Amino acid sequence: MKKIAAAPYQLWMAIFVIVPLFIVAYFAFTTDSGAFTLENIIKTADYAPIFARSIGFAALATVICLIIAYPLAYIIANMSKNVQSTMIMIVMLPMWMNFLLRTYAWQTIIGNNGIINNLLSMVGIEPIKMLNTSGAVILGMVYDYIPFMILPLYTVMAKIDKSIMEAAGDLGCNGFQSILKVTIPLSMPGIISGITMVFVPAISTFIISKMLGGSSNLLIGDLIEMQFLGTSYNPNLGAGISFVLMVIILIVMAFINLIDKSDQEEKVII
Amino acid sequence: MKKIWCLASILVLIAGVFTACGQNNQLETQVISNMDKEYYSQLAEEGVEINVANWGEYISDGSDGESINVVKAFELLTGIKVNYINYATNEELYAKMKAGASNYDIIIPSDYMISKMAGENMLAHIDFNNIPNYNNISDDYKGLEFDPEDKYSVPYFWGTVGIIYNKNVIKDDNFDWEILWDEKYKDNMLMFDNPRDAFAIAQIRLGYSLNTEDTKELEKTAELLKEQKGLVQAYVMDEIFDRMGAEEAVVAPYYAGDAVSLMAEYDFLGFKVPDSGTNMFVDSFCIPATSKNKKAAEMFINFMLEPEIGLANTEFVCYSTPNTKTYELLSDQVKNDGISYPSKEYLNSKTEAFKCLGSGADKVMSELWTEIRSEVNIDL
Amino acid sequence: MKKASKYIYLTLMMIFLYAPILVLIIFSFNTTKSHSVMSGFSFKWYQQLFRDSAIMSSLMSTVIVAIISSIVSTVLGTFAALGINSMKKLPRSATLGVNNIPMINPEIVTGVSLMLLFVFFAARMNFKMGYATLIIAHITFDTPYVILNIMPKFRQMDKNLLDAAADLGCTPMQTFFKVTLPEILPGVLSGFLMAFTYSLDDFVVSYFVSGDTVQTLPIKIYSMTRRQVSPKINALSTLIFAVVVIVLIGKNIVEIKREKKLNKYKLHRRGEI
Repeated sequence: MKKIAAAPYQLWMAIFVIVPLFIVAYFAFTTDSGAFTLENIIKTADYAPIFARSIGFAALATVICLIIAYPLAYIIANMSKNVQSTMIMIVMLPMWMNFLLRTYAWQTIIGNNGIINNLLSMVGIEPIKMLNTSGAVILGMVYDYIPFMILPLYTVMAKIDKSIMEAAGDLGCNGFQSILKVTIPLSMPGIISGITMVFVPAISTFIISKMLGGSSNLLIGDLIEMQFLGTSYNPNLGAGISFVLMVIILIVMAFINLIDKSDQEEKVII
Repeated sequence: MKKIWCLASILVLIAGVFTACGQNNQLETQVISNMDKEYYSQLAEEGVEINVANWGEYISDGSDGESINVVKAFELLTGIKVNYINYATNEELYAKMKAGASNYDIIIPSDYMISKMAGENMLAHIDFNNIPNYNNISDDYKGLEFDPEDKYSVPYFWGTVGIIYNKNVIKDDNFDWEILWDEKYKDNMLMFDNPRDAFAIAQIRLGYSLNTEDTKELEKTAELLKEQKGLVQAYVMDEIFDRMGAEEAVVAPYYAGDAVSLMAEYDFLGFKVPDSGTNMFVDSFCIPATSKNKKAAEMFINFMLEPEIGLANTEFVCYSTPNTKTYELLSDQVKNDGISYPSKEYLNSKTEAFKCLGSGADKVMSELWTEIRSEVNIDL
Repeated sequence: MKKASKYIYLTLMMIFLYAPILVLIIFSFNTTKSHSVMSGFSFKWYQQLFRDSAIMSSLMSTVIVAIISSIVSTVLGTFAALGINSMKKLPRSATLGVNNIPMINPEIVTGVSLMLLFVFFAARMNFKMGYATLIIAHITFDTPYVILNIMPKFRQMDKNLLDAAADLGCTPMQTFFKVTLPEILPGVLSGFLMAFTYSLDDFVVSYFVSGDTVQTLPIKIYSMTRRQVSPKINALSTLIFAVVVIVLIGKNIVEIKREKKLNKYKLHRRGEI
């Protein structure tokens, strides 16, 4: 029985994961009449600046997430056990509010007549343009995906044996050094998995740029959406762009895997 | 495992919600009381469902508590179940139908999209014998260019495109389309997020036909739009309601009907149909060739042409009606405000309707549009 | 000083995480539709919410899709994990590799690829996109998470238990239900919940595969963000959020109490009280 237990699942994944990817590849390399072409892939090169922007924004958002999430995860992991679970609950709670609504709410906060600018005008500061900028898009990415950074970091750090830190202290490390030399290396699996879990959704989002980015912050996700369900209908080009995006992500993943030597199976679970 | 309790409680909440929503349909029962029961009950016993795809907020839906829920009234009258779906642009509707991802029985595309779809055999011939109320439609809206033989479409609403502006900021309404290229309104300006409407504005400025298929002219138009891009806060469609209402932006081109609803809600907004001319559009009911419930769809169209239903819709949506019987029911104030129903003279001499572009020009426009939208500039 | 900076940092983080949530909740009590000006306090959107059949039916579709797809993917994933666990190295890592695809692939590519697949079949086999395609798509991205939650439990399980069960005359079926399943149950449950929550909140994949007859809540909300999000949606989200908060707090209190009791008991046994 065990031998065939995975068979239905394997069949399912073959039909609904593998086959669709081949269909994407097929569309990417054909014209709308079905003839072979490289045009879609070549045309994707025209959008290189958009790829560059998407990668740049996603990378920046990932770095910011890491920088602000790391201390938080560290602080939580060093609290008492009861408080830890409460704190993690508090951090994850916003995820229960619909993702689109949370992003939408930022419009109210950072708009020209938004809450922040209203507060500023009360103290006599000129309104600052925040909504409809690249900064707003990155803010949206950081906000929406930071829980995916905090959680794996916390999980790894909570497992680090506190006596190792004490040993580092005994051996003459100051607090900062012991974090640098002990905590960070030991939390590497969490860092890696956090980076993946933030970078991949950030590079392909089309909601955040649409809601917060204004006229000039189109990302790859928007471009793909435009070709399939949007204002410039061309599924073959859309498939071409998706294909290139997939390849880029594969390369990034391979790169990350080079750095990360931990066990494949354990890694994703964190 | 922790979350199982959450889950259970949410389910309990939802169950509570569903038992709590008893509804009364007083308005709906009243409006259907004197309609032709015999005609409308033809399909009552067959358990028919139709899928109606419409623009957002483009039908009276009773959501303000005082208007009629037209879909509900139709269901009560005919026993046909309606699945009601929204789309945001003609292009989105086309893409969904083309992808085969859809299954509509009624769609409401605009003029140029109707001729495009008809040309690609995506629309069914309507049997006007099943739509007695078609007589209510004014002759002005029959035999139009996009459907010269009246085979595929029944007009629902029509209107013009103009400029919505914030009267607190723009005090003088002595402007034309140039205002959308005015540096003064940098970052406070919105623009159409669909190629056809966006191109039209630039084409009027350049003196081109709105239906030009000349690649050079299209490229020039795109250039003008790229010039404008640096000033545009965002490319949007119905987000205009939110942004103009919240004074996030001060000037935006949009459809007259929506301008009327906006102005009713926010008295600081004004609307101007530029003197130099504009696009006049007609949105019509069509039945996709793939529809399996054509008769029910025709019944739905007939229902929408009932004078009182038309009135409910036009009062809710604020677009202009092509239905003569409905027009008679309107107040003089609406008929004469110059926004919803501009003078015949202006309509005849200064407006141009969209026609379907040849596939070559269509592709050029679509590519130029992607180019405009995807141009990179970073502002942190 | 160090402590102070820690608390300032924590406070800032909390403001960052909760500012949008607060905004959403506050504007659910507004008297007007506005999302920028608070004109007064009222419960009118809560009352109207329950009368809005469109929102209610999309809530219903969301729940139906989430329940069915999370149950199916839990069953599918549990058996798959069982099978994978007894595989040799090569097929095992191949299967796990495929399992990773839906998690690593950008959502938009998953959505687009499934849409192309469904369109391909819809044209040839005369079916419509709707509940079926939504549920299939959700099962596809849910199952990998179920498997991920169950696999570690298999690794922690004592293999001798299975042999013992067999020695005592259990058929493989009985062994599975009486020994294996109880051992991996926590993993199965957490996998189920993860699948359920992912389904509940999914927008991108659903957007591409829903066709037009079914609108889940996230799709409904998306169509609203293109015009004006009705405060009714704020009201609904606030209610859901409130329920989640109450349940989590209740659960936390119970857990802390239990822990305290346990500690007391331990101390007692050691004779320290």
